Amino acid sequence: MSESSQELQKKEAETPAGVERTRSEKVYIPAVDIIEKKDEMVVIADMAGCDENTVDITLEKNLLTIYGKVVPDKGDDLQPALFEYGTGDYQRSFTISEEIDRERINAKVKNGVLTIILPKAAAAKSRKIAVVSE
Amino acid sequence: MLLTEFDRFFEPFWGMPRYRQRGVRRRIDFPPFNVWLSDEKAVITTELPGLNPEDIELSVIGKVVTLKGTRKADDFKNGESYHRRERWHGSFTKSIELPFNIENQKVTANFAKGILKITLPRAEAEKPKKIEIRSE
Repeated sequence: MSESSQELQKKEAETPAGVERTRSEKVYIPAVDIIEKKDEMVVIADMAGCDENTVDITLEKNLLTIYGKVVPDKGDDLQPALFEYGTGDYQRSFTISEEIDRERINAKVKNGVLTIILPKAAAAKSRKIAVVSE
Repeated sequence: MLLTEFDRFFEPFWGMPRYRQRGVRRRIDFPPFNVWLSDEKAVITTELPGLNPEDIELSVIGKVVTLKGTRKADDFKNGESYHRRERWHGSFTKSIELPFNIENQKVTANFAKGILKITLPRAEAEKPKKIEIRSE
């Protein structure tokens, strides 16, 4: 694997100017894949440390926000010796288009990976325009 | 800057004194590890979301822990396209040397929610022993 160390660093999420967080935990931006399929859009996010009970997905107007809460695993009597990655919550927002059928959005979490299925509304699926000759 | 006892004890582990590393961005091999130590054991955690336990191979020889794994790319069918592709895929191998030998029969590894936690007990013969000092 030939990744530079920069790419390995988790990116911290930014807060809008003037807005502060009430919790002191760090918040990271999860890496995502967004795949467009024929009938649906799929958003896959790496959120290690999250399960179905700690991930919140909200949809407000066009803004889809995912938030994953991570409870840090503190070692009992252990001394920290090496820290190559930070632990914290995850947050990321996406704007979704009108073609998504909001009622049928569903999500699952497996092994720390969140998969959100955003089905396309029937009308948006195929809009083939016939060209006729005169 | 003075070196604390802690720095001196782990100097071989870090490769160089801690004060010299501050502010210097070291190269980190994939995947990043967090390591905790005590006199009795070491604990290593690493984030491997999307892997299954059978995709991960762990081996311990003496002081060295080696982790191997593979994450496959998503199946890419006709008519599907990526709008974003940020998640890593591929194979990795990472080795780390601990400051003491490990009782490799007693190593345990637990994989949950995409996080691997390896507990490595220190070899029995190397554990620090308290020696009583008697007055005559």
